[in-house]
Amino acid sequence: MKRRTFLKGTIATSMVGVAVSAGMLSPRAVLAAWPESSFAAKKIEDALNALHGTSAHSESGDIKIKAPDIAENGAVVPITVSAGGNAEAITVLVKENPQPLCCNFELASNAEAFVSTRIKMGKTSDVVAVVKSGGKLMSSAKTVKVTIGGCGG
Amino acid sequence: MASKSIRIRANLKGDVTEVKALMSHPMETGLRKDKKTGEKIPAHFIKEVTAEHKGKSVMVAHWGVAVSKNPYLSFKFKGAAAGDAIKVSWVDNKGESDSEETTVK
Repeated sequence: MKRRTFLKGTIATSMVGVAVSAGMLSPRAVLAAWPESSFAAKKIEDALNALHGTSAHSESGDIKIKAPDIAENGAVVPITVSAGGNAEAITVLVKENPQPLCCNFELASNAEAFVSTRIKMGKTSDVVAVVKSGGKLMSSAKTVKVTIGGCGG
Repeated sequence: MASKSIRIRANLKGDVTEVKALMSHPMETGLRKDKKTGEKIPAHFIKEVTAEHKGKSVMVAHWGVAVSKNPYLSFKFKGAAAGDAIKVSWVDNKGESDSEETTVK
């Protein structure tokens, strides 16, 4: 009997231990989900490879990028990406930025293929929007002229 | 981080809900230098933004330093009704976080 109680005790304690460590680990797991290697990548291809496992993408006219032709202030460039139907992810990259990957949006199945945000651009560059849908990558690009860079320096 | 760093609005149009969020955050790139001391200002930026509808995630954004200061974000989704709860939260590279809730109008 004693042995049984002892065992029960240990199982209970270990369960608590697991629960605690799981709780402790969850914020870390959230941070780990941030794709560090793709943000560190210096080339669009490398960033896409690290993020989506492939860099193969085809140009698509369905993807609309709404951004100014000339941005006076590179620190704040409003950009809207939209595509018909659904998308699994929308990735925004700036070709000439030190780190091209700007932001990646993962969308649930009930979300529309639409995101709008404001980005920084170091200099005049192509803004590339990549939409992941049905496991395939489709892209569209738009050149934005920047008069004052927004990446410091 | 100071509380109320997020302002959100969720509007229902037909069957599509458009969520707009404005966060106040410095979004330092880590490349800028302090003009007086010449020292680099360490990077400080939002890494992850999540949006939940009734506790279910509808959008997760991973951001780099190239998102502008005081970031603006907008996205659309289907399946919400007026009065539903929408929660937007962010976590930055220093582990700071904030969240804010609103209801669909």
